[in-house]
Amino acid sequence: MVDPANTVGIPVNPTPLLKDELDIVIPTIRNLDFLEMWRPFLQPYHLIIVQDGDPTKKIHVPEGYDYELYNRNDINRILGPKASCISFKDSACRCFGYMVSKKKYIFTIDDDCFVAKDPAGKAVNALEQHIKNLLCPSTPWFFNTLYDPYREGADFVRGYPFSLREGVSTAVSHGLWLNIPDYDAPTQLVKPKERNARYVDAVMTIPKGTLFPMCGMNLAFDRDLIGPAMYFGLMGDGQPIGRYDDMWAGWCIKVICDHLGLGVKTGLPYIYHSKASNPFVNLKKEYKGIFWQEDIIPFFQNVKLSKEATTVQQCYIELSKMVKEKLSSLDPYFDKLADAMVTWIEAWDELNPPATA
Amino acid sequence: MSSSEINKNEVDIVIGALNADLTQFLNSWRPFFSGFHLIIVKDPELKDDLNIPEGFDVDVYSKPDIEKVVGAANAAMFSGYSCRYFGYLVSKKKYIVSIDDDCVPAKDPKGVLVDAVSQHVSNLENPATPLFFNTLYDPYCEGADFVRGYPFSLRSGVPCAASCGLWLNLADLDAPTQALKTEQRNTSYVDAVMTVPLKAMLPISGINIAFNRELVGPALVPALRIAGEGKVRWETLEDVWCGMCLKHISDHLGYGVKTGLPYVWRNERGDAVESLRKKWEGMKLMEKSVPFFEALKLPESAVNVEDCVVELAKAVKEQLGSDDPAFTQAADAMVKWVQLWNSVNSSG
Repeated sequence: MVDPANTVGIPVNPTPLLKDELDIVIPTIRNLDFLEMWRPFLQPYHLIIVQDGDPTKKIHVPEGYDYELYNRNDINRILGPKASCISFKDSACRCFGYMVSKKKYIFTIDDDCFVAKDPAGKAVNALEQHIKNLLCPSTPWFFNTLYDPYREGADFVRGYPFSLREGVSTAVSHGLWLNIPDYDAPTQLVKPKERNARYVDAVMTIPKGTLFPMCGMNLAFDRDLIGPAMYFGLMGDGQPIGRYDDMWAGWCIKVICDHLGLGVKTGLPYIYHSKASNPFVNLKKEYKGIFWQEDIIPFFQNVKLSKEATTVQQCYIELSKMVKEKLSSLDPYFDKLADAMVTWIEAWDELNPPATA
Repeated sequence: MSSSEINKNEVDIVIGALNADLTQFLNSWRPFFSGFHLIIVKDPELKDDLNIPEGFDVDVYSKPDIEKVVGAANAAMFSGYSCRYFGYLVSKKKYIVSIDDDCVPAKDPKGVLVDAVSQHVSNLENPATPLFFNTLYDPYCEGADFVRGYPFSLRSGVPCAASCGLWLNLADLDAPTQALKTEQRNTSYVDAVMTVPLKAMLPISGINIAFNRELVGPALVPALRIAGEGKVRWETLEDVWCGMCLKHISDHLGYGVKTGLPYVWRNERGDAVESLRKKWEGMKLMEKSVPFFEALKLPESAVNVEDCVVELAKAVKEQLGSDDPAFTQAADAMVKWVQLWNSVNSSG
């Protein structure tokens, strides 16, 4: 039996790290009540709310939070025809928030994610842990058996090459979830009662060349290092697939990070995932993805980006060409997706012109 | 997996004795070693007689026994920490669990003593998943599973070749690190087992390890000796080299290597600063090894473990031999090891 933390009485963090350098991006279609319990840890930060679904609905943001909110009308207005790359009726729309942010770091969290407790019963400040993960190096070229070597009380083990101990910059921090685990629909149907009660007290770097299923529920990244690759694809309304937005982004960012020598971490922090989505609804959304991923994975495992691709945008455009070339035969959807990937980069560059000297 | 579910007849517990008095060590492990067959190999350079308490099913091998089996010329291969490999050689069991003689059972966060043997065997009996990373770690353990986005075709996993455990208290840090942080002790109990992904290299420690002898036995090579190798782990690299070979061969043959639980509690022995005084040869050798293993591709024709070891030895000699005589010696030892393995194990 896992419970969320009770944060009543915890004072708002008086020394919020990176307060002016980080935006919190939250997609929502219902409400933002969950922010009440996150106050101690999140209130000092600026929020970017991406409202999905009916734009006429009024989303109430709890008092005290500083935010900007975008609904579908705003997205259409800001991007014009390029708005076609932003999903509708799917939390994938959150990536619009990454695009309009002007900050260096992004933390994104789902509106059904509460504060977790560590094994000592203490409320976990997930954002603080993500920031620690992003600010200290990753070690993708050699696995450290004691996990994060930079953590208090840990270090590199005997035999770890000294030349690799400086690590590389961390682009992404992937957090985990207690209570409702992030299972696919078939697993949810078979194990409806399973809850994740195991608090694994580790952060680790995912080795170079290894792919992983990136979940967008509790995720942070360095927007300067990898932002343009965090496109969450075409999902939801009018699309043949859903619940693969974060997966798609995860495969893209990992091959690009591997190519550019950046690190991706996974593990702490935990959040408490409170809502189990309907497995039958999920199955309908994921159905095609379950088959397609059998081809998509080998595709990403064999991607080789050119030496000339030295920026994230260049890597991403190259990737989009390969998607068009190699995956369109799987389904015409990938042809559309490849185009949308290009549109995304164009929109990103428009909204984020390089700073003038 | 509880102790009662393991088929004890499939397991040998191999201990390399670098200390003569094994009373405290064996008594502390008694609850978990009970019912298993033990192979204790005495470091041929240890002069004192071994002191072994009653009540264990144990075969002890010392210098004369080693020389009888492998010949006096080859006995040097099994000195120091490498004495445990002789136990791997003569064992007839499917699984080997090997723990250094300065380790005792650890306690988990609930205060319960950890049955390292059961955990290792459980790790070895369940598949490994090196082809795709599962963010909830071991998908086969109670309360966990594969996460959304994990390809279904990869969910049956591959055979697990080795289980690399960890250490509370004195972690397996190198001499410079431990000398710098003299008071540092590992108090972090990370409750996870995970598969080290395909192509990822790692430093495998011989302090707390188990492996499937039937699957990969010959790949556990007692090969690399650094100049001035000593009787404390800070002055060795034999296990790290062995581990690099083992991981590479496992990757090539489609097997998996796991890391994480179980923990053992490792006690004080030796002096990191003292070990630092010796020239730290190991550092240089590791630096050369990494690009070698990274670029290495074993030929498609190497389809069994012995062939892989021989091919690996060839490559070591060709590409690293001129860098340091230690590599040439390692390559020769690897070839010799395979010959010994085949001769000892074919004669039944």
